[in-house]
Amino acid sequence: MSDQKAVSREDVLKMAGLSRLQPTGEERELFARQFRDILGYMDILAAVDTEGVEPLYSVALHGGILRDDAAAAGLSREEALANAPLRNGECFVVPRIV
Amino acid sequence: MTDICSLTLDAAAEALQKKELGAEEVAGACLDRIARTEPKISALLRTDGEKARARARELDKIGPDPSMPLFGVPVTIKDAICTRGLATTAASRMLEGFNPVFDAFAVEKLRAAGAVILGKTNMDEFAMGSTTENSAFQITRNPWNTDKVPGGSSGGSAASVTAGQCFASLGSDTGGSIRQPASLCGCVGLKPTYGRVSRYGLIAYGSSLDQIGPLTRSVADCARVFEVIAGHDRRDATSDPRPAGGYVAALDGKTLGGARLGLPKEFFGEGASVEVRAACAAALRAAESLGAELVEVSLPHTGAAVATYYIIAMAEASSNLARFDGVRYGRRAEGARNLEELYARSRSEGFGAEVKRRIMLGAYVLSAGYYDAYYRKAAQVRRLIRDEYLAALERCDVICAPVSPETAWDVGTHSADPLRMYLMDAYTLSLNLAGLPGLALPVGKGAESGMPVGMQLVGRAFGEAELLAYGHALERALPGIGVPAL
Repeated sequence: MSDQKAVSREDVLKMAGLSRLQPTGEERELFARQFRDILGYMDILAAVDTEGVEPLYSVALHGGILRDDAAAAGLSREEALANAPLRNGECFVVPRIV
Repeated sequence: MTDICSLTLDAAAEALQKKELGAEEVAGACLDRIARTEPKISALLRTDGEKARARARELDKIGPDPSMPLFGVPVTIKDAICTRGLATTAASRMLEGFNPVFDAFAVEKLRAAGAVILGKTNMDEFAMGSTTENSAFQITRNPWNTDKVPGGSSGGSAASVTAGQCFASLGSDTGGSIRQPASLCGCVGLKPTYGRVSRYGLIAYGSSLDQIGPLTRSVADCARVFEVIAGHDRRDATSDPRPAGGYVAALDGKTLGGARLGLPKEFFGEGASVEVRAACAAALRAAESLGAELVEVSLPHTGAAVATYYIIAMAEASSNLARFDGVRYGRRAEGARNLEELYARSRSEGFGAEVKRRIMLGAYVLSAGYYDAYYRKAAQVRRLIRDEYLAALERCDVICAPVSPETAWDVGTHSADPLRMYLMDAYTLSLNLAGLPGLALPVGKGAESGMPVGMQLVGRAFGEAELLAYGHALERALPGIGVPAL
């Protein structure tokens, strides 16, 4: 287990940007320290020999079943909008884009 | 007559079918029990007593029906599982007030089977945690000792079942979130084979790992609930089409005589506390005395499982939780000037620290330059871990291992050190990587702590009938741990 992994506050900011998050200064400090520990621990995997091993992304044992390409009833507009924090009756409302 | 709330689900369901008990009477008893125990354990985020009583009255009017195996049986549901008309928040400020417009598949099945939903159970926010301390709303206490955590993330479900508030609860298990709280609270919990229970309506955390499953006070009760919720659902592409069922009928189909119990040597080493090892060893001796054969097996990559799991779970979480944008549902920051700011501020306000950590680390391990070293590498090790389980299961009928390296610890013990907390999941999470079913059941109490110790039985994919039957046999071979005084 290595704790040498360098994770700077700038790295944390980059990760936050990818995640659409805005950590506070205090969080940046704390996360940088915690991410150093956690990513340092993850380095344990570098020692595992995976030469020629096919990655396993899903453990589903059937081939994946696609539904028929047929129209079916989904949520009504009212249902789809029911939990929207801001709506204008017919649509979700977002800040002006253009 | 015995206190209704201390009956097994099996006994209550039978009494309800025979009209010896009425649905309203049983729901009322559970709601009273909730009112008495909640001030001590805080297992529930919300109850809907009025709706529950109304549903129970309706059932009493229809009358018992053998095609409704859970007729009048009160249950609680983890707050990560959508319930139509009953707010569902995943214990996050992000989803405060979210009112699902549909039921999860497993909830639909429970309702159709006649179950009465009493309320939603507390959990770690978005199922990220192992103590239920990461809930944005409250800390749930262990019914055996309220200074201790109930485990997590389905800690509210385990505490609710153990305290007799309900006869069963639905939880979800991504890395141990059903089995570990069941173990820490001394109840039974089943993590089904990946694909056996539809994930439709489960608020996603790690989609290649998540499964919904029951928590109950006995293995037979667990089989009854599982029988209802297992099965194919077209709305979840990973739901397996093979037929499900027969779990209750198969319960008496196995004895421990001649059973080969596989003991992975990596799980019985120094990592587990002395009292956990001792309680598991006593259970295994009991099995042996009934004719079971103990076989040593090996899962050599166990030491890499925690890192593998967390990389994959965080990567999937970062993708799944991208949907919380402040637009379609959930929290929305006030006064954002543009879309980018709306996203970032809504998410920063809505998510707690552990959720932020996992999203950010997940984005990191998937990002250009790090993907191969972390995510792809973890997926490769995942295959090694899965293949080792399959090889070990060639040599035995069922694998036995402790669930948690320690019995329930004090509230606040590890909450400042996330890595230390992740390491506590070492015995449960490899099963999710392998997609196999695991049944946790109480095997005794720790000699030092007096708190419950759980053991998990691991079976072959879709081998739940066999697994539950072995669990049932083992449960009968043990003296039981009693019930907490609350």
